[in-house]
Amino acid sequence: MRTPVFFALWVGIAAAVLALAFATGNDYVFFAGYVVMQYVVLSTAWNILGGYCGYVNFGSAAFFALGAYSTVAIYKFTSENDLYGLPIPVLMLIGGAVSGVVGFGMGYLTLRLRGAFFAIATLALAVVLQTLVVNWDYVGGSRGAYVVRPEEFAPLGNYIRYLFLIMMLLAVAAITVARMIEHSRLGYGFATIRDDELAAEASGVPTLRLKLIATTISGALMGMAGAPFPYYIGYLQPSSTFGLDYAVNSIAMPLIGGTTSWVGPLIGAVLLGSLQQIATVTISSAVNLLIVGCLLVGFVIVAPNGIVGLVHKYWQRKPDDFVGRRRVETDSPEAVP
Amino acid sequence: MIFSYDLLINAIVSGILIGGFYAAVTCGVSISFGILDIVNIAHPAFIILGSYTAYIVNTTYGFDPILTAIVMLPLFYALGAGIYQVYYVSFEKYGQESLRGLAFFFGILFITEVSLVLYFGVDYRYVDAAYIGPAWHFGLLDIPLRILVPFLVSLLLIAVLQTILTRTFIGRAIMAVSQDQLALRLLGVNPIRIKRIAFGISIATASLAGAFLIIIQPVEPSVGREYIGRVFAICVLGGMGSLPGTVIAAMLIGIVESLTATFYGPSWAPAVSFGFLLLTLAVRPAGLMGR
Repeated sequence: MRTPVFFALWVGIAAAVLALAFATGNDYVFFAGYVVMQYVVLSTAWNILGGYCGYVNFGSAAFFALGAYSTVAIYKFTSENDLYGLPIPVLMLIGGAVSGVVGFGMGYLTLRLRGAFFAIATLALAVVLQTLVVNWDYVGGSRGAYVVRPEEFAPLGNYIRYLFLIMMLLAVAAITVARMIEHSRLGYGFATIRDDELAAEASGVPTLRLKLIATTISGALMGMAGAPFPYYIGYLQPSSTFGLDYAVNSIAMPLIGGTTSWVGPLIGAVLLGSLQQIATVTISSAVNLLIVGCLLVGFVIVAPNGIVGLVHKYWQRKPDDFVGRRRVETDSPEAVP
Repeated sequence: MIFSYDLLINAIVSGILIGGFYAAVTCGVSISFGILDIVNIAHPAFIILGSYTAYIVNTTYGFDPILTAIVMLPLFYALGAGIYQVYYVSFEKYGQESLRGLAFFFGILFITEVSLVLYFGVDYRYVDAAYIGPAWHFGLLDIPLRILVPFLVSLLLIAVLQTILTRTFIGRAIMAVSQDQLALRLLGVNPIRIKRIAFGISIATASLAGAFLIIIQPVEPSVGREYIGRVFAICVLGGMGSLPGTVIAAMLIGIVESLTATFYGPSWAPAVSFGFLLLTLAVRPAGLMGR
């Protein structure tokens, strides 16, 4: 399937979902749906680096929060100077640019070393960015910042419907980008890095450049997902924006869905995201995070290729386009270096 | 700018003392990450588990936290050995440790933290002991015993570990497993068993480190997260698996953090270790005392 056709197909599906959501007439559906869509973007973004290249990013929350806080900074600036506030798509581009640049810088400093260093550095990045934000009074510091959400968006009704629409479009864009990467030279390059970086380097794959491209795209998408968040939540606080739940979810969703293609993060995010929305309402938000943690550990032990891997195992004749490239299993009996 | 020397000296001394404690927190990671190459990012979660163990025993029986931690060492050792077994069977055996192994430990970190939150809530917990509260005064210096005692026991712990690693057969085998597993196998030693023992020891140190932590400061479940960056910064700076290097790096970071907290305010301190980590990775990835 060619990319424009794929994109059009998903825009169609998104339109159908939107129509369904409107048919319920319940604004809560939009609130819940927004979160699920946000996780689709986050997990797809994580997977571009984590799934395709094999580099684990624990700092998803940091990139997400960077997007959110660039929105807060701009909001403060425009409202203090009586300027007209920027529209959300523009804020998304700015948030994405900021996170992308930080992603690039992070990658440049750490990616020349072994993968574990990158993972640890991303984890620490979240702590440091949080420290910076806590000490930055302009965006509210540790007290947090208020962003006034407009009541309505003209043709759609409640503003949340507009936010949902935007986030869903971003999700469609993210999936399309992920699939495009998967079927391009870039994607094959990423796969060589994941499977054997040394061999890839030796055969002339420009590994560092490819990894930097991956961190930048991944970071930018996460920042874009974060940019509308202040409008959604209304009150932004460092401890919740940098919360571990974004980090754990954006790792758990692709790993549970399957990391080798764009389908995995989508399935993982929709399943786990909806499950969490239901669990938050019916049980409690702490318990639903526990569920995610247990599912993550369970899946990485029992089903290393996620739901997609399970389906693929039981249904070998899947159309190739749907599952994407399969990971080559290395089946060495003992790990002796 | 008025520069106060007694403030400076006090900051440096408390940095060294805290550094000793950081060394105890890090030595487990120096073994697991530095020697065994297992990226155990859940280590701070085990330390918090150690803190809560000390807390429970202390509040119910009034038992000393450090003695409690020593009694609990075998339990933490068993926990570590068990986790390594799962890790080995599920990931290391298939050479999949990089991505899935990391996610596995991340999940464990998360499960531990959320379980503690669900059970104990997010209130700060603390322990009681005779040495919490009083301080020694030497001229300009103020040395609170609640930091001095963990400092001394930490150094003792590191000394014991270093002796085990360099003088005993098992210890030497642990050092060897990081260099050449095949050679170790040829000598008739099972590298998996050695790694299991080493990982058990690394988690056992978390029991003591956790007791120190709750002596030094009140603890709530998410405190451990602050230590993730710090612990790995120290481990990398110290040269990955060198215990003397770990002590030096820990004191260095302790001093810099303490100076930052004194002269710029405590809210900036968490950024210090990360700065150090990035600088080390960029300039000298082998660390101060790299092999």
